[in-house]
Amino acid sequence: MTSSISAPAALGRLLPVLATTLVFIAGFLVCASIYPNFASMRVVMNLLTDNAFLGIVAVGMTFVIISGGIDLSVGSVIGFTTVFLALAIERWGVPPLVAFAMILLICAAFGAGMGAVIQYFDLPPFIVTLAGMFLARGLSFLLSTQSIPINAELYSHLSDYALRFGAGARLTVPAMIMLAVVASGMVLLHLTRFGANVYALGGSRTATALMGVNVNRSTVLIYTLSSALAGLSGIVFSLYTSSGYSLSAVGVELDAIAAVVIGGTLLSGGYGFVFGSFVGVLIQGLIQTYISFDGTLSSWWAKIATGLLLFAFIAFQQLTLHIAGRSGRRPRLATAGAAQS
Amino acid sequence: MALRLPRIGTSQIVALVLILAANWLVSPQFFDIRLQDGRLFGSLIDVLNRGAPVALLSLGMVLVIAMRGIDLSVGAIMAICGAIAASLADSHSLPVVLGAALAAGLACGLWNGFLVAVLGIQPIVATLILMVAGRGIAQLITEGRIVTFNSPELAFLGGGSVLGLPTPVVLALSMLALTLIIVRGTALGLMIEATGGNPRASALAGIGTRLITVAVYMWSGLCAALAGIVAAADILGADANNAGLWLELDAILAVVIGGTSLFGGRFSIILAVVGALIIQAMNTGILLSGLPPETNLVVKAVVVLAVLLAQSPKLGGHAAGLGVLFSRKKA
Repeated sequence: MTSSISAPAALGRLLPVLATTLVFIAGFLVCASIYPNFASMRVVMNLLTDNAFLGIVAVGMTFVIISGGIDLSVGSVIGFTTVFLALAIERWGVPPLVAFAMILLICAAFGAGMGAVIQYFDLPPFIVTLAGMFLARGLSFLLSTQSIPINAELYSHLSDYALRFGAGARLTVPAMIMLAVVASGMVLLHLTRFGANVYALGGSRTATALMGVNVNRSTVLIYTLSSALAGLSGIVFSLYTSSGYSLSAVGVELDAIAAVVIGGTLLSGGYGFVFGSFVGVLIQGLIQTYISFDGTLSSWWAKIATGLLLFAFIAFQQLTLHIAGRSGRRPRLATAGAAQS
Repeated sequence: MALRLPRIGTSQIVALVLILAANWLVSPQFFDIRLQDGRLFGSLIDVLNRGAPVALLSLGMVLVIAMRGIDLSVGAIMAICGAIAASLADSHSLPVVLGAALAAGLACGLWNGFLVAVLGIQPIVATLILMVAGRGIAQLITEGRIVTFNSPELAFLGGGSVLGLPTPVVLALSMLALTLIIVRGTALGLMIEATGGNPRASALAGIGTRLITVAVYMWSGLCAALAGIVAAADILGADANNAGLWLELDAILAVVIGGTSLFGGRFSIILAVVGALIIQAMNTGILLSGLPPETNLVVKAVVVLAVLLAQSPKLGGHAAGLGVLFSRKKA
């Protein structure tokens, strides 16, 4: 903690991510000590596969939150994507790869639309993406309210394909896609000009604009990225379940936001890491896996544990901010500015 | 721009009347009200009855949003309080049941208020914690089952009637009156508007912004608790998974439709309730018209967008200053 005051050194900056990673490792060790079978490649690989769609969405959400916004529409976009894919492939006879390209374009355009409304009409991202959430979910209901199985050959090929690591440990296609998205997300956020703009927007929009950054373009691109990744996540989700259902992925936006916050990203923007969100997703997956290993605990404990973790990490953030003495100067979200002085 | 009429509130009332008229067109017996067994029946009464939980939520939400906050946890609080009421209903007397459920709602609000006002966490995040964990807590209370009860006293709160009006409507009206008296009858409303407009200046001017923030979140918790009790009493049971699911979004929508600015500092309690009625009238209208209920969400999305654009600072933001005057005069 002291390092963050004395100098904003690399260690101090990385402290929240390190804390998250330590929590994950500690949690994993605890699970492994209780259940001998836990510490296996199989469990680790399943953790990656089962949370692949969440991981992909969390990467997009990290960009949005670092830029000082929020995207509540991602769960609905995933649901819409699965329904669209199922209908396109099964009913309209579109080749799966063409359908993938179509839905990614549709989602990107949807995100660009939301970004444009947020930027050009100066509206809070929270409520605009809330409208987006209603719209995407409503459209998927209009497409179909039934669960449609997808029997395309490509789907069975993709779900059979996996890299094998010993007994039962398979690195599946969804897991590979997620790891690739996390890696590219890290490159995009930390090594490109666009990434630097995302951080700058979260710090101060006015200052960013005065610096000569094209704020309009950046904001639209950020929401485009988030929705496109939600579309990709929907593709992965439909691979994972081999079906399309308009009620799938309800509430995923909350899981994604929770993962991003647990991963150490500041909800007021300007600070955060893609890798932290990835670990945040893994922690949520770990809780689920622990509960399924235990067998006697009910699934609602997962919600309570996630809530407690959220609180712990947010309290930790507030404490670091307070100690670093930055809380007074940090501009807050227009929608959600704390109502205290 | 066309939506902005000279007096704040005109557009909401006009919208409600238009929607009711549209409902009448698709279903000519929409306005028929008949008295049966001392209780009024009819589609219009149904709109009021079904709209009561969201109207109750919007009473708390409007104050929270006026403070530039947001309360995402109201749906989860409904589930918690419904679960408490349902599990106590058959073994305890009604005052104990209600007391426990309402106290739980106040405690949830206190927790939210503490996070926002004392720890300084952004409202959207602070209330997200309870939104995520709350449903888990509710399931803990019901032990994952759907708890049913037989207590006629509690059931009366959902299905009974007072002077012909369904009890939920009476409860919502009483809470509306109470909120108006507390907020607009005292200087509290002024302080809430001031704090929402500029928290720092208000604190420097001597307003106890922290205390007011905590109180407002507690009021939101109390309203959510009441809505949860009504929802549980309506179905004679508590379903921790589905009680109040997504109602926080409807409540926020009602407040936004009611013209309360998401940027704080301008709010109208009555119009928030009108907003809740507009949402319910749309729901009922879509059901009556025979359109698939799935269109509901698309219609809602379009309405939110239209209202937002009308509220946009780029399009009609300068109305906000006048809005404060008008909404104060109204109440």
